Amino acid sequence: MSALKDKVASVMEEPACAKNQGKDGKERKKGCGKALTPGAAAGGCAFDGAKISLQPITDVAHLVHGPIACEGNSWDNRNTPSSGPSLFRTGFTTDMGELDVIYGGEKKLFRAIREVIEKYDPPAVFVYQTCVPAMIGDDIEAVCKAAREKFGKPVIPVNIPGFVGSKNLGAKLAGEALLDYVIGTVEPETTTPYDIAVIAEYNVAGDFWAVKPLLDALGIRVLANISGDARYNDIACAHRARAAMMVCSKAMINVARKLEERYAIPYFEGSFYGISDTSEALRQIAKLLVNKGAPEELLVRTEALIAREEARVWAQIEPYRVALKGKKVLLFTGGVKSWSVVSALQEAGMEVVGTSMRKSTQEDRERVIEIMGTDAHMFDELPPREMYRMLKASEADIMLSGPRSQFVALKAKTPWLDVNQERHHAYAGYAGFVTLVQEIHKSISNPVWEQVKRPAPWERDGKDEGIRMKDEENRPQDAAPHPSSLILHP
Amino acid sequence: MATLTPHKKACTVNPLKMSAPIGAALAYLGVDRAMPVLHGSQGCTAFGLVVYVRHFKETIPLQTTAMNEVSTILGGLENIEQAVDNIYKRAKPALLGLASTGLTETKGDDVAGYLKLMRDKHPEWEGMEVVYASTPDYVGSLETGWAAAVAAMVERLADPSSERLPTQVNILANCHLTPGDIEEIRDIVESFNLQPIILPDLSGSLDGHIPETFVPHTLGGTKVEEIRAMGRSCHTLVIGESMGGAAEALKAKTGVDYTLFDRLTGLEASDAFIQRLMDLTGHPATRKLKKQRSQLQDAMLDGHFYFGGVKAAIGAEPDLLYALGSFLTEMGAEIEAAVTTVESPVLEKLIAKELLVGDLEDLEQRAAHCGLLVTHSHGRQAAERLGIPFHRAGIPLFDRLGAAHQVTVGYRGTKELVFELGNLLWSNAHEPHPDDWRLDHENTQTIARH
Ligand code: SF4
Repeated sequence: MSALKDKVASVMEEPACAKNQGKDGKERKKGCGKALTPGAAAGGCAFDGAKISLQPITDVAHLVHGPIACEGNSWDNRNTPSSGPSLFRTGFTTDMGELDVIYGGEKKLFRAIREVIEKYDPPAVFVYQTCVPAMIGDDIEAVCKAAREKFGKPVIPVNIPGFVGSKNLGAKLAGEALLDYVIGTVEPETTTPYDIAVIAEYNVAGDFWAVKPLLDALGIRVLANISGDARYNDIACAHRARAAMMVCSKAMINVARKLEERYAIPYFEGSFYGISDTSEALRQIAKLLVNKGAPEELLVRTEALIAREEARVWAQIEPYRVALKGKKVLLFTGGVKSWSVVSALQEAGMEVVGTSMRKSTQEDRERVIEIMGTDAHMFDELPPREMYRMLKASEADIMLSGPRSQFVALKAKTPWLDVNQERHHAYAGYAGFVTLVQEIHKSISNPVWEQVKRPAPWERDGKDEGIRMKDEENRPQDAAPHPSSLILHP
Repeated sequence: MATLTPHKKACTVNPLKMSAPIGAALAYLGVDRAMPVLHGSQGCTAFGLVVYVRHFKETIPLQTTAMNEVSTILGGLENIEQAVDNIYKRAKPALLGLASTGLTETKGDDVAGYLKLMRDKHPEWEGMEVVYASTPDYVGSLETGWAAAVAAMVERLADPSSERLPTQVNILANCHLTPGDIEEIRDIVESFNLQPIILPDLSGSLDGHIPETFVPHTLGGTKVEEIRAMGRSCHTLVIGESMGGAAEALKAKTGVDYTLFDRLTGLEASDAFIQRLMDLTGHPATRKLKKQRSQLQDAMLDGHFYFGGVKAAIGAEPDLLYALGSFLTEMGAEIEAAVTTVESPVLEKLIAKELLVGDLEDLEQRAAHCGLLVTHSHGRQAAERLGIPFHRAGIPLFDRLGAAHQVTVGYRGTKELVFELGNLLWSNAHEPHPDDWRLDHENTQTIARH
């Protein structure tokens, strides 16, 4: 447990994290996980964050050590597709029972690892710690070590029980597990001056596939994507990349920094959302590679590609820009990447009337202010009640968010688009941006909004008898009306 | 009759089971103006929330006592007090439903005792009931947790009474009844001029209605006053074996006797229910019910061709497994493999070639030569690999519309199920092919040589 504490402390003091730099020593120790308010908290646990970050590694077995809750309630619920192996979508858990809690779960965990290896023979097994076994003192690092020796295969402990903190902290700690156990353990067969690593891009809905053809066209090789559509071996080779791109503004910043520190891999922070951010990312990648010795002509080719692709996207979205001009968007990406999406939406001619900054760093905030010209539309917290009011009052034409707030928007009869992990469309790169614009347009222009807003026949005279009346009619004559079935709208 | 094989593997692969605390939370969601709270770390609540948002396609009120490593080791009672107080101040629900988790149970906080103290300390909580169910993640399943929460609610809230209202009955519903099922049961019971108090009543809270304003707790469902009034009902109708404990608890508290129906899907099962309602009230069945029964008979006659001899593999919680398995057997299918989450006496009555506590890996292995796979949405990977017809049933159903409105109870619901499954089997029926009757190769050659 104390090793875990040290890890947590070290990650929380992450020097490359802009948010941390603004804090004094004491504050910094408290780290990025704000103390939660009991009864008024939201968000996933550190285990959740670790799983989100590592699960996209497609060919390994992800084994969760704990009672059924942690895996049973959450497996196979993220849309990060694979171009090959599908083992990552198989849910493995020790499903601890009462006896395991009383006598300890280490033996069961060891047997579970054996079963997984015998049945599925993956290149590696990732073992995730959760709260109950952490409480009773199951030492997963020792079990993984024993299993590594016994089975001659990488068995990676991901010692991040949920209760150590937030999802974000979990993502960072997952990065530490990769640094400690995976990255640098395998040498690539060949290397080129065009090899890069991409960090914290999970290939949600195939996002990365919308970007990869651009890199391919430039002859840039993604040696390791951490971790969308990844193979174990690629990540183990990541230390041989010439340059790295850090995609998400906060998760896994520690990985980027340590790759630089340990292996002299320079990195930049960028995004693939929107036209200008995509172009900027390509430029940065090319620049870093050239700095590290790639031929300079790469810069010229990159500019040529950007010019060609930008012209193409603008032409493709032109028909929608008229329809979307001035449309008001409420954006809740959970903070991460919001600056990037804000600028993308503005490129399409829309106006962002509100965005959540709950999980954002100071740097993110400044970027949003810079893009929007004001901080008037940034919310730290937008309670569902207020969100509902805004949407009902038509203060936004569409909301872009994750599924948790999806039904706040739909109940307010307002167009909604999924921009989180469960979405079904890739929005990254130039092609993804076109899709995003098309999807927004499709949603806003759907005739269903007008249909569902029509008053019911019995509302036309101004009195809403609603369901009340219908129920009374259907009731048998001599039965007294039943209180609970009558009133749906108190 | 099948004997149940217990779970033997150290590693569960592709879980069928979900955890008890989120079952308890769902039961609380069937109460009007309720706020369920899991006493545990934030992550447990976040996962539960996502499960139900995707299943019901509704906003779901669900909170957490937000335990962390330190508060867990020191004991979480303070967090409970803060959580209850914060929720009281922000949402003022009529019912705050607490459920423990594996984390807090491992520590062993005496929550029940503590809540007693808290009520004295916070007289202002008056008007907000706090109910607590013990639901460690490492015991039981979603079905178990739901039943524990219902038992906790009747134990705490139902008032004993010597009065018996001749037209008021209680209905204790198990977790597999959808809002649509509840609505159907209500219609049937009301057609006998009875007024049912249904607990929990998801048809009020999670039926997809569009509220006028946004509220931070549930809107619709069983009212707390109705739970109190359960002690004055003339009888309790219990749906599902898993609700036996809650029925006993209600009887012990109020003396109201009960009849337990282990399922409401199928002709025979529906007959038993209607018969009981006729006996209770002395009323005949309505014309509508009679008509529905005859329509079901007809559907069974038309549909049996597609079910006869079909080998089915089912993965479900005990009550649902029994209901669906029995229905399929009654239609002429054979249950090749039945996989469930926990042991239950109801499964002693199930007719299946093999019955085991297990996971979807077990189910997939056994379904290879079956003509029908039935389980919740997580069966989609197996169905794809096996290429056999797949019917989704249970929680979660995250990749289909209308999970809340599937009706499979009573004559009408059973008829719907006959059609749905019948159509699925029909569209996958084997078409004749010239190679179907080829004699096997070696034999043909041997005969040619002679
Ligand atoms: S908080 Fe702990 S017990 Fe709950 S889901 Fe996360 S890891 Fe599992």
